Amino acid sequence: MLAKRIIPCLDVNAGRVVKGVNFLELRDAGDPVEIAQRYDEQGADELTFLDITASSDDRDIILHIVEACAEKVFIPLTVGGGVRKVEDVRRLLNAGADKVSMNTAAVNNPQLVADASAKVGAQCIVVAIDAKQTSPGRWEVFTHGGRNNTGMDTIEWARKVAALGAGEILLTSMDRDGTKAGFDLALTRAVADAVSIPVIASGGVGNLQHLADGVTEGRADAVLAASIFHYSEFTVRQAKEFMQQRGIEVRL
Amino acid sequence: MISVAVVDYGMGNLRSVAKALEHVAPQARVTVTDSAGEIAAADRVVVPGQGAMPDCMRELDARGLRESVVRAAATKPFLGICIGLQMLFGESEEGDASENVRGLDILPGRVPRFPVAAMQIDGGTKLKVPHMGWNNVSQSDRNHPLWQGIADTSRFYFVHSFYVDPATPALTASTTEYGIHFTSAVSRDNIFAVQFHPEKSAQAGLQLLSNFMSWKPS
Repeated sequence: MLAKRIIPCLDVNAGRVVKGVNFLELRDAGDPVEIAQRYDEQGADELTFLDITASSDDRDIILHIVEACAEKVFIPLTVGGGVRKVEDVRRLLNAGADKVSMNTAAVNNPQLVADASAKVGAQCIVVAIDAKQTSPGRWEVFTHGGRNNTGMDTIEWARKVAALGAGEILLTSMDRDGTKAGFDLALTRAVADAVSIPVIASGGVGNLQHLADGVTEGRADAVLAASIFHYSEFTVRQAKEFMQQRGIEVRL
Repeated sequence: MISVAVVDYGMGNLRSVAKALEHVAPQARVTVTDSAGEIAAADRVVVPGQGAMPDCMRELDARGLRESVVRAAATKPFLGICIGLQMLFGESEEGDASENVRGLDILPGRVPRFPVAAMQIDGGTKLKVPHMGWNNVSQSDRNHPLWQGIADTSRFYFVHSFYVDPATPALTASTTEYGIHFTSAVSRDNIFAVQFHPEKSAQAGLQLLSNFMSWKPS
């Protein structure tokens, strides 16, 4: 039976993994390739690198990291951040990424999702959606790390990107991100039920029960977390054992 | 020195395949190539592939590599991965019906899409397509050299919407359950081909690639 995936996420700034709260007070957390190897050894099912490098001069650093990672880590790697053109997608895939995630660029230019999907295949295209609740039962799509409200309904946008050719949706609750209060399960479930492509739940994980809830209550196909793994509160293996004890199919 | 050619026809994550082969066989010469000469000269050939089969066949033909791949599949240890498996068969449902995409017709069978109606599990939960993630691979012939050192039902990483349906059960080297019971690997003589991605399947995948590099088909 297909296993539910656990995906550690690494924020990369100018070549280093950083951690911080809401993009403030970024602190150096180490070398991306070393950290990727550690998660691989713990049994991570995939890895996600989110490039948050602000300076365009340093944009190519992520390509070298992806190349180095592809030589040492033999599990799927998704890379996002700063992807604006089909050419950006191709460069990341050629460097060794398996999937490329796009967020603001997809909102600004939905055709990019269709073009990239046609060029490299839907299985390589992840659309990241940052959603915030604006009224009961309604979540709107935000960009620029939650600062810009597009006014679009998240469920409709999810359906649209799936139709355009996205192979997967990375869904982050901006309300929960950084709170450690757990996923927004109603949001996760609404999106997971609305589309026929896999949905990765993100934002708010504070303990292992939250990860399990994302799958059982939220119906997510995969769960993504950063801080609970970075701070070594839990290993990926502990997370998987916890989920397995609760009857969730995992790769151990 | 053993040489292995990874056939480059512009489709898929060739770098990952090459790096994984180098990792398991540091002594081997691994070349990513679109040269018919190099493919003919290599001791072993790997045909990866990603995306849509119609595009893959078009790109393969555009580079004039159809003949090289067919010859390699007939003469030396040959590993197909994902579309590299699917293209060994005759007819794919992928693409427009009018396109009538033909594979290489090396093995008898079809390449259908996961049937939407069957894609449900207990409780009515619908299964997502593409089939993406780590799934169990049940070995049909556990004595096959490519399965050595890999526990039966080990998980491998899959990403696909189409699967192969061989006309002869003897071709099936493993099966996997996803709504339906499908063939996840095939073998015949010097050919071994898998629907999953060994280059992305951690230890189990590396073991399979290592087995391929030392495989001596009888």
